Amino acid sequence: MAPILSPQIAAEPHLVATWQSRLFRNMLNNRSFAIGLLIITSLGIVALLAPWLAPHDPYLQNTANRMVPPFWHETGSWTHPLGTDRLGRDYLSRLIYGTRISLFIGLVVALISGLIGTTLGVLAGYFGGRVDAVVSYLLTTRLAMPVVLVALAMASLIGGSMLTVTLLLGLLLWDRFAVVARSATQQLRDAEYVQAARALGCPLHYILLREVLPNIAGALIVVATLEVANAILLEATLSFLGMGVQPPLPSWGLMIAEGKAYMFFQPWVITIPGSALFMLVLAINLLGDGLRDITVRGGRNE
Amino acid sequence: MWAFVFKRTLIALSVALTISVLCFSLLQLSGDLALSIGGPEATAEQVEQIRKDYGLDRPVVHQFATWLWGAVQLDFGRSYYYQSDVTDLVVERLPVTMTLGVMSLAIALGVSIPLGVVAALKRGSWIDRMAMAIAVTGQAMPNFWFGLTLIIVFAVKLQWFPAAGSDSWQGFVLPAIALGYYATPAMMRLTRSGMLEVLEADYIRTARAKGLRTGTVIFKHALRNAVIPVVALAAVELGFMLGGSVVIETVFSLRGLGQLAWNAISRNDYPVVQAIVLIIALFYIVLTLLADILNAILDPRLRAR
Amino acid sequence: MSNLSSTERSTAPASPLLSVKQLRVDLPVAKGTLHAVRGIDFHVERGEMLCLVGESGCGKSMTSLALMGLLPRKAQINADCLNFDGIDLLTMTEHERSNLRGARMAMIFQEPMTALNPAYTLGNQLCEALRRHQRVSRKAAHDRAVYLLERVGISAAAERMRQYPHQLSGGLRQRVMIAMALMCEPDLIIADEPTTALDVTIQAQILHLLRDLQQEFGTAVIFITHDLGVVARIADRVAVMYAGEVIETASAQALFKTPSHPYTQGLLRCIPSPGKTPPGSRLQAIPGVVPSLVGKLHGCAFCNRCDQADEICQTTPPLHPIASGHSARCHFAHPLASSAQINTPEVVS
Repeated sequence: MAPILSPQIAAEPHLVATWQSRLFRNMLNNRSFAIGLLIITSLGIVALLAPWLAPHDPYLQNTANRMVPPFWHETGSWTHPLGTDRLGRDYLSRLIYGTRISLFIGLVVALISGLIGTTLGVLAGYFGGRVDAVVSYLLTTRLAMPVVLVALAMASLIGGSMLTVTLLLGLLLWDRFAVVARSATQQLRDAEYVQAARALGCPLHYILLREVLPNIAGALIVVATLEVANAILLEATLSFLGMGVQPPLPSWGLMIAEGKAYMFFQPWVITIPGSALFMLVLAINLLGDGLRDITVRGGRNE
Repeated sequence: MWAFVFKRTLIALSVALTISVLCFSLLQLSGDLALSIGGPEATAEQVEQIRKDYGLDRPVVHQFATWLWGAVQLDFGRSYYYQSDVTDLVVERLPVTMTLGVMSLAIALGVSIPLGVVAALKRGSWIDRMAMAIAVTGQAMPNFWFGLTLIIVFAVKLQWFPAAGSDSWQGFVLPAIALGYYATPAMMRLTRSGMLEVLEADYIRTARAKGLRTGTVIFKHALRNAVIPVVALAAVELGFMLGGSVVIETVFSLRGLGQLAWNAISRNDYPVVQAIVLIIALFYIVLTLLADILNAILDPRLRAR
Repeated sequence: MSNLSSTERSTAPASPLLSVKQLRVDLPVAKGTLHAVRGIDFHVERGEMLCLVGESGCGKSMTSLALMGLLPRKAQINADCLNFDGIDLLTMTEHERSNLRGARMAMIFQEPMTALNPAYTLGNQLCEALRRHQRVSRKAAHDRAVYLLERVGISAAAERMRQYPHQLSGGLRQRVMIAMALMCEPDLIIADEPTTALDVTIQAQILHLLRDLQQEFGTAVIFITHDLGVVARIADRVAVMYAGEVIETASAQALFKTPSHPYTQGLLRCIPSPGKTPPGSRLQAIPGVVPSLVGKLHGCAFCNRCDQADEICQTTPPLHPIASGHSARCHFAHPLASSAQINTPEVVS
């Protein structure tokens, strides 16, 4: 700084903020992040407290009470706020329990695929050369496989269930993690602190886990939100086509499939679970978009 | 340029080979084929006869070679369920899926590129916000549910288009919208961000300094460069759409490849399934290869490599 | 001094080609308003080479963009007078401005590597300005482009026309940019640091080329640079900018002989000169930093770095005339300018 500060410079307000406080402020200022977080937190609470929140047993059939319309309908009632399905099960309760299935599958799939994709991507990015060629080849092969078709075929072979769907999607959706981890690691490989760690003779696992991974975590978290959303949509699709979560579990995709035959006269049987699905995925995408904005802006330091 | 095409083709071929191995293992995983072909009533002798007829008693590698050799000649064997050649089934259904794919891509491009360009030019305006809203909601919409909603609104309530069937072009409109909408957000975002980046470029300032008309600056100088990555994405998205046709064709009862695949899957008709998986994968590979070549044509800098 | 080869176009031959009075450019930024250009006055005679000198961030690029009408959309421009050959640039519509750009005033940019569109051939990019502004055939435009490429020293010009920018080196691209600027025979070319991004040997070639072409075509040039060495080589007249203001204008000779503003003197002391600067001695530097241009600036912009600063420097100095065509924005304009008639500093109580 200049030894003599002229008054006009001294008058400048100093915007000294720590990195953390700025990040926190960015998070709250980012509208899509805030909205996404709000919706997901509420849905998470709904999923956790499902047994206490659901007004009825989601599996209890009552054939005398089939296809009751929701409360806003003339013949609707508050006993079943969102009506009942073709077997007389309470729609709201099924919807609430369905939150658990979607969130569980979304998170576990992102965890499995994140583990696979990050490992492959970091190794390819760090070692380059032949390792990179092999990973790139795997990636191209994986991308050429039509996900829905392969997942459907495999699920029908093994037998559709929640476990099958989770494992299948986990094994299929690692591509974006690998792409992002690979390019992020490539940029880091020659960073000075990584070279310093190498020069100090740090073991490989230490360099990868302690130096590389924390620095690519931001980008990976953004990918993870996208993959959670993607997995939830794919689970719904597979369940809709009858090869995913099996009845009587209240998967939202399955609820739409079960309501399909009635949709012309009671459209709410598909609009309600469809809207729930849309809301959840939208919230996750908003969160992801917000996170990306925040991390990008944090990196640019303004 | 030719070395580049050759190298990419080589990679594409080996990826195709890997996928055919995977497809074939799918068939092997599906259990004792002779039993599924013969059906539940087949006697032990009949099953044995089938095993001999289909060559299932020979080693797996030999079976694979036979299958692959057939696949190269576009002979994918016989369907268990339809009792006809898989190739005939596929050829019969292919036009429907192709029409659907091309129409979806046309809709997606027709919406995303103009919207992306306008959103970039009028950054922060209501039209930009609307475009972003379409992008965000489009990515969140399950496409089978969107398809069903389209049927309820436009086929049942308004009766503008038929809800099902591929007899006339009208039957393709709703499924093409449902499938195309899914690809729109990514392409629109890419067009928008590409335009924003290009509009900041020095050569745009040069073009303006030459006094060129705004239209020339935007369409000749900016869009041409911004659209290069969109071309690659469009090819990839078309590949995804062909894969996604399983869902949309089932929802709209279109007699295409996707519906055939779903029928075959639910009936354990694996020769058909593996053929379709392989064909869609090949389409994807060819499309990405074409995208690379098209990129090289659009971007002179890539040609030098 | 002024070259009158293009007088037939002008309405008032005696008036300068371009006159700028009290030009201001404001840019909204996160912390307020950045006053990039803070009321500058200068003029350009027909066919002369005016050098606009200053360090980065002093507003010289913003000035050139304002003259061309290429400022970013958020930027606010206002001036008492912005007159180009009898035309008031301020009241023109964007369309009228674009009719002028490329035709009567052209620009050469700093970065030849990125200033050409990678997707089109050189021929395409050379011809489009001419075809936009004049009714000429494709063939005529092509011929003119080839002629100019040869003129700027590019061999095998006809083949080059079919090449893409990435196939050319930086120096060649800058030659193409110069040819492009000359396509419509403009009255004024603004060259914004056209040699900064080039190798030193190429720099000299490009400078010679510009100087030759300027004399041959009788084009007026505003040459923007931070390099006083360049100024000494090519300038007819010089305007020195500091913190968004023109602080001294003079003929090139006068400026180097009798620099009158302490900043100009400081700049000149920074240049090592063979014979005068003893080997091994430290090069001079001007202490301190340029004041922030965000928000209002009071008094002389240079006072925090000036060793002669006084109380009076808390007030804004006017532009003092020193000799004919030589003036400086300093309250003490200036005792060291020996031959000039020294005005008694206005005492503001």
